[in-house]
Amino acid sequence: MNLGGLQAVKSMSVPSSSLSRKSGDGVSDQFPAGLRVLVVDDDPICLLILEKMLKKCLYEVTKCNRAELALNYLRENKNGYDIVISDVHMPDMDGFKLLEHVGLEMDLPVIMMSADDGKKVVMKGITHGAVDYLIKPVRIEALKNIWQHVVRKNKDEYKGKDCEQTGSVEDGEQQQKPPEDAEYSSSANEGNWKNSKKRKDEEDEAEERDDTSSLKKPRVVWSVELHQQFVTAVNHLGLDKAVPKKILELMNVPGLTRENVASHLQYRLYLRRLSGVSQHQNGLNNAFMGPTDATFGSMSSFNGIELQALASSGQLPPQSLAIIQAAALGRATNKSPVPVPLVDQRNLFSFESPKLRFGEDSLLNNNSKQINLLHGIPTNMEPKQLATLHQSAQSLGNLNMQLQSQSSQSGSLLTQRPQSQPRTPLLNEINGSHVSTLPSSLGQPIMSQALPSSVLPRNGIENVRGGTFGSVSQPSSALDFSVNHGTEFPGNSFPLMSNSGIPILTSKGMLQEEVKSEMKVPRGYLPNYDTFDELNQNRTQDWGVQTDGSTFDVSQHSNLQGSLDVSPSILVQQGFSSNLKSEQSRNIPVSKATFAVGDSRAGNISNPSQQLNSSPADISQRIKAERLPNMGFQNTFFPEQFGQDDLMSALLKQQEGTGAVESEFGFDGYHLDNLPV
Amino acid sequence: MEVVGQLQKQYVDFITSLFREAYLDDQYVQLQKLQDDSNPEFVVEVVSIFFEDSEKLLNDLASSLLVSISLFWVFILCLRPSLLLMVVLFFLLFLFQLYSQQQVVDFKKVDGYVHQFKGSSSSVGAQRVKNACVTLRNFCEEKNLDGCSRYLNLVKQEFYLVKNKLETLLRVSITLW
Repeated sequence: MNLGGLQAVKSMSVPSSSLSRKSGDGVSDQFPAGLRVLVVDDDPICLLILEKMLKKCLYEVTKCNRAELALNYLRENKNGYDIVISDVHMPDMDGFKLLEHVGLEMDLPVIMMSADDGKKVVMKGITHGAVDYLIKPVRIEALKNIWQHVVRKNKDEYKGKDCEQTGSVEDGEQQQKPPEDAEYSSSANEGNWKNSKKRKDEEDEAEERDDTSSLKKPRVVWSVELHQQFVTAVNHLGLDKAVPKKILELMNVPGLTRENVASHLQYRLYLRRLSGVSQHQNGLNNAFMGPTDATFGSMSSFNGIELQALASSGQLPPQSLAIIQAAALGRATNKSPVPVPLVDQRNLFSFESPKLRFGEDSLLNNNSKQINLLHGIPTNMEPKQLATLHQSAQSLGNLNMQLQSQSSQSGSLLTQRPQSQPRTPLLNEINGSHVSTLPSSLGQPIMSQALPSSVLPRNGIENVRGGTFGSVSQPSSALDFSVNHGTEFPGNSFPLMSNSGIPILTSKGMLQEEVKSEMKVPRGYLPNYDTFDELNQNRTQDWGVQTDGSTFDVSQHSNLQGSLDVSPSILVQQGFSSNLKSEQSRNIPVSKATFAVGDSRAGNISNPSQQLNSSPADISQRIKAERLPNMGFQNTFFPEQFGQDDLMSALLKQQEGTGAVESEFGFDGYHLDNLPV
Repeated sequence: MEVVGQLQKQYVDFITSLFREAYLDDQYVQLQKLQDDSNPEFVVEVVSIFFEDSEKLLNDLASSLLVSISLFWVFILCLRPSLLLMVVLFFLLFLFQLYSQQQVVDFKKVDGYVHQFKGSSSSVGAQRVKNACVTLRNFCEEKNLDGCSRYLNLVKQEFYLVKNKLETLLRVSITLW
């Protein structure tokens, strides 16, 4: 014991002269000195001690022994305090209530403290939003670092505002999305699909940023012009030689990063493979269109129409058409909350009937316009997609496709974004994020659908994936499927799609990162979609996918689950390539085709949930079967350059985010291509 | 000088023993560290406030527990006389109904007081008091009336002990420095 030392302790004086406290904004040159703290505690001893300690830390302290009084102080002086420290047990008001009030009204960081160190109480503090929880007796060391909470909060706010600004377009798009999409939560809130899409962008942005290791790139919106530049560069270089770096150089756009290009490229590569044509733009547009139309509800009707349209267009092999129709019909019954994305995909494929067959998916409708482009593709795509999905993040497109098909069936798939939550919160998130972000027209529905099934991580389809996930979210198996793939999709963070939902989140996160730069693509799930959304908005495409993406909750789209697995991938692919926007109709047929391919799967579509839950093996099988259709789909997609290139590019970009996606795309694409049509 | 030296030595010995016997813990050291030239009477202030508040708190505690205790005793007493048993029993039952609710509420109230006491004693560094409060709190959660009353006495005891010692300590320190 150094009691002797205690005696000498007296002379610890605060060098007040060195203090340069500014009561103005609380952040002085000598930050954290001058931090304005409000302490609330009914125990006068504690209050006194805390005041002394805080003064010793060179903070400005205001004490208060009643919560009501504290609130008055705070209200009177809106910017008068930087942080609040409050006791938990107080006679006049519960500390948690005060915490809530402060958080809502003033949005200041609040630290709780108590002699009670029980886990429940601490947990309660955290859930109520306290930034920290101190156990009494409070030591001065614990108080020395409270400034970190202030900084952190300001940093987050800044980010949030940033998102708002950059995501204004997305916001608009988000508005389009049905409120249901609000389900998907930012990746941060895993499994919490409750976030409304409206906030999603902002939150996503913020969260994504947070999640992505403070990746603060402003989201890059792949506008038509930008996409054109991209396409030109790619064409100039040739697909084989089109590496992000070179593309970036060729494009010569300030502010664009290699990663943006990489992810965009991924998507495009994927689409390319799907369509087999080097017409990215069309494909992209279509893809996007489809999914967004989350009119899964009317999937059955759509499916038929789309399929026919597809068939008529010659792009859709009759068999795929049949499949799709079957799927659509099967799905129609289900109408489960298949993530809109799925539907969108279908729309993409179905081309003809952009009007969201799903009926439910408004998104699809949006996409329906563009779906036409994908008519032929969807059917092809689906099987192909399925195959690719199976491979490894076959690319959300498949998912989307699948989703779409599924969604078309379930109708709800696409539009569902918000719906499918229950299943896989993660999925939903991804989907939601993807979906919502993607222009509604974007194959969000596709995505949602596709995603759940699995392939989310693939291709720029990420968005699609999101969608598919939404729809597919149900099938854990699907998820697994996608998950596997998802992992392969490094770029797209989709890989996460797997049932665990967590993967989805990660994929989402990944996507998000990419998306961020590109667009507000639904969280992680379809980064591209976001851009697409933006693009689509103008197009009136129902990218609804965006919302659909969110509805990927696929879990809801139980119907699609079985089939979703397959279709999602397909949808995803398709969705992407075909500017999901108008794809909806297309997606539907496509997805249908894919489903049809799966045949058994297709049948399952009607019970998506069940099927989705089916083991991933099923999915893989389906995908394989559906590979073929994918090919056709791809072709149709690409040619259609709705201007959804942006979407695609966005999608690609996202996928390319990590570059790994590219490989995946390539991989998937190959599958699709190799599938004998 | 010698006297001062001796007194100082006594002080040091005394406070060392307090720490050793867990009357005081590190938090008290923290309080001492907080004292400085700008606030030379800080520790004395805090401890005085602690004493005042604690007295009040203990009284509240005692009274909140007493209600239940009295009912308990009333019950026992009533059992003996057989003649008045019926009437008394009725009355008791009625009372019991009234109080039984209070009894439940009392425990919560008691728990609240104890929690507060625990907080303030830990802030000052009165370790033994704090430990006694923790045990008392457990009894409250178990709604163990007997245990509660027993430990309440213990808490009181510890409090008066540490109060005594602190008063001595502070008096000496003021004299010396």
